[in-house]
Amino acid sequence: MSIKQLFKISSAGLIVNRSRSLLTILGIVIGVAAIIMVMALGKGAENLILKQIQGIGSKTIAVEPGAESRNMADFSSLFTDSLRERDLEAIRNKTNVPHMVSVTPVVMQSLAVSYDTESKRTNVLGVSEDMLPMFDITPEKGILIADEDVKGMSSVVVLGAEIKEKLFGFSDAVGEKVKIKDRSFRVIGVIGKKGQVGMLNVDELVAIPYTTAQKYLMGMNYFQEIIVQTDSEENVLGTVEDIKATLRESHDIDDPSKDDFQVHTQADAMEMVSSVMGALTALLVAVAAISLVVGGIGIMNIMIVSVTERTREIGLRKALGATNSNILSQFLLEAVILTIAGGVIGIIIGALLSLLASAVLSQTVSSGWSFSFPVSAAVVGVVVSSVIGVIFGLYPARQAAAKNPIEALRYE
Amino acid sequence: MALIEVERLEKHYGEGEERTDALCDISFKIDEGDFIAIMGPSGSGKSTLLHIMGFLDRPSSGIFRFEGKTIDEYSDDELAAIRNKKLGFIFQSFHLLPRTTVLENVKLPLVYSGIKESLWDEKARAAIEAVGLSHRISHDAVHLSGGEKQRVAIARSLVNDPKVVFADEPTGNLDSKSGQAVMEIIQDLNDKKGITVILITHETYTAEHAERIIRIKDGMIDNDSKVSNRHKASEFLK
Repeated sequence: MSIKQLFKISSAGLIVNRSRSLLTILGIVIGVAAIIMVMALGKGAENLILKQIQGIGSKTIAVEPGAESRNMADFSSLFTDSLRERDLEAIRNKTNVPHMVSVTPVVMQSLAVSYDTESKRTNVLGVSEDMLPMFDITPEKGILIADEDVKGMSSVVVLGAEIKEKLFGFSDAVGEKVKIKDRSFRVIGVIGKKGQVGMLNVDELVAIPYTTAQKYLMGMNYFQEIIVQTDSEENVLGTVEDIKATLRESHDIDDPSKDDFQVHTQADAMEMVSSVMGALTALLVAVAAISLVVGGIGIMNIMIVSVTERTREIGLRKALGATNSNILSQFLLEAVILTIAGGVIGIIIGALLSLLASAVLSQTVSSGWSFSFPVSAAVVGVVVSSVIGVIFGLYPARQAAAKNPIEALRYE
Repeated sequence: MALIEVERLEKHYGEGEERTDALCDISFKIDEGDFIAIMGPSGSGKSTLLHIMGFLDRPSSGIFRFEGKTIDEYSDDELAAIRNKKLGFIFQSFHLLPRTTVLENVKLPLVYSGIKESLWDEKARAAIEAVGLSHRISHDAVHLSGGEKQRVAIARSLVNDPKVVFADEPTGNLDSKSGQAVMEIIQDLNDKKGITVILITHETYTAEHAERIIRIKDGMIDNDSKVSNRHKASEFLK
């Protein structure tokens, strides 16, 4: 008997019982659709985050205080004061870090910003004059923080579009004074709507000179981060080493394992995000895979019922010359056709649902959210569902093949 | 050489005190082209005998030879091939596939025959024509009358040009008129095509359509004799 004929017999058997066949594959459909959705949305989230990291620019390097954390719960770096003004000067020195083009320290604290009766709590950033140009941020009105503002510890502030709207509504903000922690700051610039750039939400930005922030608002003499921009992508890795050497010298460290600072590149961050998202997706897929197993058991159940119900048919086929392996193949193929059909329908439904979810997410979460069809998941879905068909179809098919034709023909 | 030889055939079920003997010491020969009726009341063992001769069951002891070879000389797959190519079965309850057309039902043995698929249609149509059901060819088998169903079953048994046709109470579920029509077709198989027919029945009248009747009682041959006044189904219908 050829595969084609076998396929005809098996599919005819399924078509005759079409409503039962559809109900049987429901478990597989749901399982595969869930896997496709988890993988598509996981990939979408990962792409979004990676896009944001890329937004920082591939030429930037982040220097953070504190030793490399040993585990996720180690927040000690947040409270480490190892990066100070002298480190900033050392990195700024072209003889130490030749490919550096601009550098900014970052200090940050969540503070209330108020104007008139409006008030909003937000992250106030203390930065140098280099920070905003580094992120390609230009003012819509007014000017940005200048070299003199940093040196003179001026009380000036640059606001993002949303925070400006919240405090001032539609009236002009440049020239007005806002209060941050009881100190008055003159608004010198407002930035147009720009959304997320890297990890920074520009629309929520409240930027002041870091010197002012350190002295008057936060009472600290260290930095939470130093961001360095290199002249080209090729020089990023070399510059990382230059920065490390510079800081080790400035901190009197001989042994690199005792570094009290960390240097990260965009590639590091992307790698970390990919591995975290990968682990998360794998976990969710594992949960969804359980439903595939449940679906497979459902198929086995129905196939056993079907074999019992079709005892006479099996007896007849044997009397007419079907061998045991003919019968085995017929019922095994029925199970496999069922699961593959379930897999394919599941892929289509999963893809449609994740397309829909992506459309909703790109409206609500971020316009950068995009749909990507997980081809590998689709392939795995079909392969896994056919394997499930074989595994869970084998037992009922063997039962069918083992039926005694005499008993089977007598069966009413 | 006889087509079928049965020698001291026995079949029993169970062991020890629970043992029941279905067939005891059965011996006879059937030549090619014979029309034999095996007759007996229900429980006499006639169905068991049919199953053994139809290669659906194996005897407990004794010898069953088909074309000179005993059943032990064939593997299960070879037995399936013999059932497919050399034997045809007609059952009391028809055993047609539901929700399947007449044509597809008749094609069923061809599926397992190894015959090229392009020839199936022609063979199946010829068999359906032979039982006079060409006008019902694409009907669902479930919607036919009893007599028509049995004629589909006969067409199915003929489609592979068998040597022997086993008919197990073929008229048992039919009214007398359709029963006669079915018997006429069966007699024709024997008379015109030379197919060996083995008919199982409990009715004397039906059995008397055969050339010879083997009567079975309690698993043993009671009587084995030629029919002196053979019925001709075709004459009855006139």
